[in-house]
Amino acid sequence: MFKKILIANRGEIAVRVMRACREMGIASVAVYADVDRAAMHVRKADEAYAIGPAAATESYLNIAKILDVAKRSGADAIHPGYGFLSENSKFAQACADAGVKFIGPTAVSMELMGSKTRARQHMETAGVPFVPGTSRGLDSAEQARQVAEKIGYPVMLKAAAGGGGKGMRLVRKPEDLEPALESAKSEAQRAFGDGEVYIEKAIMNPRHIEMQILADEHGNTVYLGERECSIQRRHQKVMEESPSPIVDADMRRRMGGVAVRVAEAAGYTNAGTVEFLVDQKKNFYFLEMNTRLQVEHPVTELITGLDLVHLQIRIAAGESLPFRQEDISVRGHAIECRIYAEDPDNNYFPSPGKITLLLTPSGPGIREDSGVYEGWTVPIDYDPLLAKLIGYGTDRAQTIARLVRAMNEYFVGGIKTNISLFQRILRDPEFVAGEIDTGYLDRLIKRSVPAAKRDDAGIAAIAAGVFEMLESASGAASPGIPTGNCNGSSRQGVSGWKQAARAEGLRNT
Amino acid sequence: MLFDVTIDGKNYHLELHRADAGWQCRLDGRDVPVDAVLARRDVLSLLIEGKAYEIKRERTATDLHLWVGGVRYAAELRDPRSLRSRKGVAGDDTGPMKLVAPMPGKVIRVLLQAKAQVEPGQSILVMEAMKMQNEIKSPRKGTIQKILATEGANVNAGDVLAIVE
Repeated sequence: MFKKILIANRGEIAVRVMRACREMGIASVAVYADVDRAAMHVRKADEAYAIGPAAATESYLNIAKILDVAKRSGADAIHPGYGFLSENSKFAQACADAGVKFIGPTAVSMELMGSKTRARQHMETAGVPFVPGTSRGLDSAEQARQVAEKIGYPVMLKAAAGGGGKGMRLVRKPEDLEPALESAKSEAQRAFGDGEVYIEKAIMNPRHIEMQILADEHGNTVYLGERECSIQRRHQKVMEESPSPIVDADMRRRMGGVAVRVAEAAGYTNAGTVEFLVDQKKNFYFLEMNTRLQVEHPVTELITGLDLVHLQIRIAAGESLPFRQEDISVRGHAIECRIYAEDPDNNYFPSPGKITLLLTPSGPGIREDSGVYEGWTVPIDYDPLLAKLIGYGTDRAQTIARLVRAMNEYFVGGIKTNISLFQRILRDPEFVAGEIDTGYLDRLIKRSVPAAKRDDAGIAAIAAGVFEMLESASGAASPGIPTGNCNGSSRQGVSGWKQAARAEGLRNT
Repeated sequence: MLFDVTIDGKNYHLELHRADAGWQCRLDGRDVPVDAVLARRDVLSLLIEGKAYEIKRERTATDLHLWVGGVRYAAELRDPRSLRSRKGVAGDDTGPMKLVAPMPGKVIRVLLQAKAQVEPGQSILVMEAMKMQNEIKSPRKGTIQKILATEGANVNAGDVLAIVE
């Protein structure tokens, strides 16, 4: 087993991996950009090293600097988290060349899955179902027109190197095809430095359902159930759950079988995710494979009882999977909410800044994976994910009820978050009925926000005055007034004394 | 103490005194039995006629907000005897309007220049923060009096980017 792991990431996922290291008796090494000196992941690590300025290209994406820290600190493995270098085959190869184990697949299988067209060509031979279309980049508008006629409109143009909705165009009519192809190509060229664009039949209002797989380095591959990820905004997932409201045991077995076939065809090792589009008749089509640990892995952990990061580390250390497919069962229901620093009342603008107050939920069925703390200033340089709140319950209804309750306990002051959006979704009849697809969230957001009852304005007025008086009485805010005097600190104000005396009296009874 | 409190634009007259047994509170002339404990900074536990409230406070240099039961109230607090005030209501919308940065970030593109006519909702410039690009739009119809932002500049939340009149 490894003695020391370097975590080439930041935020909640770096903290998540460090926790696994601590649990397994492995030392953890953090790397950080200057603006992250006070970040949670630096506080939680056993060792931490600065790797440069805020710009990711000069810090969290800088392969040479990260490998240099690995060498200096004596780390024998690197966990890449998600994002940053996690799906960079050059980094995986550079780790191998430097004699440091990369906790993930090999550079070769990562490379294969990195291009959507190459993955399609490869999966064709493995008999994997995917959306009808081309498996190679389009040479001309004429070729695009021919394929579109054959598969039928509407069609979708997609960048081979794509992700995050860039270089993607929905085309409904033949006359829109040529201009759409041109703009998709130039957008792909700008975003990925690769203008290759292919075409497939557009699936309207699909669900996005993915299958978690695990493969060891001895030829064993299993699937750990699906995750429904249809709730998205700007092609970014916002909420994920497992099981999916529409997947039954038979469909899970069939999708799981395909996912295992995809992984085996790619010679895949470690944790990975096979993404599918599912149409309204529950036909599923291979979309792509994510060659890393996903943001939403906790929902799978809760319903399978497995720790995916522990297993990733064990697999990378050369151990065999400690179970077979038939040992895995799915129990209960889990839903993850991604808490983003963004303002739902102002177009979801990012809202970095100082967290002045942080009250986090707990209690039955609630897990919070966070990378922030009260008093920390969320920097503007990275993505706005602050934390993930994951609910778990016997069934979907109980999980939703627990999350509604937890969102009421959750408070982030000083910056804006999307907590109020989750309060809306979790109470929305369509969501509660499980009727969701990838267009669901845009439709919900377009509807006007139901006005909250504002009948506590008088209470707010009283509270404003009380806050002010408690502060002016004690010179500054004095939390915990009833017990304040016990520690000998000086508190002023009649009531403070009285309350302290009363608290003292209670303690003596 | 006497306070004039404005919540969501509505005025309340509040009288608060700390008495031996707790608090004496009159809101708009009506006695309200109040029990209050500051649980921690910015978190108040209020008991009012048997009902329990956990109230959170958010303050910036210019704004005061109180959260009661998941609802956010804009508050302004004035002590009539002093000129001190804590405010939280938006200014009026006549005269030149300042377009301020809604978040800290970087100005990546200025789309319009001074003297340009703008429609409400028309984009004036583009800011980037947290890997996302966002268009900053005109709040009203009018003419751009001045553009204060420059492309490539880092700005803080509240910085004036442009003035529309």
